[in-house]
Amino acid sequence: MHANSDHSEGSTKLFFMVWGWLLLLTALEIFLAYERVEVHLMITILVGLSLIKSALIMAYFMHLKFERLGLVLTIIPATVFCICMMLLVFFPDSLRLTHLPQY
Amino acid sequence: MSGAESEGILETPWSGGASPYSVSSIKFGMWLFIMSDTLTFSALLISYAYVRMSTPDWPRPFEIWPAIAKSSLMTLVLLSSSLTMVLGVAAARRGDVKKTVRFLIATILCGIAFVVIHATEWVTLIGEGATPWTNPWNPSVPLFGGAFFGLTGLHMLHVTIGVGYLAVICWGFSKGKWTAEHVEVSGLYWHFVDLVWMFIFPMLYLLSVNPK
Repeated sequence: MHANSDHSEGSTKLFFMVWGWLLLLTALEIFLAYERVEVHLMITILVGLSLIKSALIMAYFMHLKFERLGLVLTIIPATVFCICMMLLVFFPDSLRLTHLPQY
Repeated sequence: MSGAESEGILETPWSGGASPYSVSSIKFGMWLFIMSDTLTFSALLISYAYVRMSTPDWPRPFEIWPAIAKSSLMTLVLLSSSLTMVLGVAAARRGDVKKTVRFLIATILCGIAFVVIHATEWVTLIGEGATPWTNPWNPSVPLFGGAFFGLTGLHMLHVTIGVGYLAVICWGFSKGKWTAEHVEVSGLYWHFVDLVWMFIFPMLYLLSVNPK
């Protein structure tokens, strides 16, 4: 079919390992929620862990690691750029409100 | 993949004769859909983050039991469905129809379990008085309901559509109507739905645990 046959596609063992890591990181997140970690620290850790988890899913489950680099470079940077633009537009304003003196 | 390639008429990628990504058009099409859907969910999550950050008294109503326990179980179910999906794709590649169908059915059952648990979670919240316009914990922040039901509802819709999509692919693959490529592309969609939950779960549930 396509040029995938000439390189590794991941084995059952690898898929179970990725699944295990995803569960482990999720358990860590739930533990932090259970401990009621301070909210700013919590957001930072949760977003960081979510990014790691989504990278694992995309690389191994969605096979991006085994596709041509050209495909990855077409899909990922453009999407990340658009998301960064949304963050850039929204976030300064949301912080402005909470930085007002009455809060 | 393309007839031109197998006939040996290889042209440069720029002339359109070769496949620069060496993926089939259905797979590339699914990736384009995933890009656009990523932006839809990002926009929703970012708007939620915006209203939440600009609202100091945003309600944090979820108790460890039942809301967090249930949503954690849902996460486990969805992650496991991704594992069965990826194993199904591998089986389809090997041409093992029986195993593929079995793994796909396991994935579908996990998807149904996810929707059912999520529905009971919704029913509990609605029973407590939460709607997309109001909430019982802090009525001065009606956006809570909109953000919560909007995000989880759109995700639930994706899971429901995914269950139907996988059922059709499963049936078609067992009949020899469709190829392993179709199974893999449906897998991309399924993993994407799982990936989105990896953001919704911490941002909506874990950050709204009752601080007391």
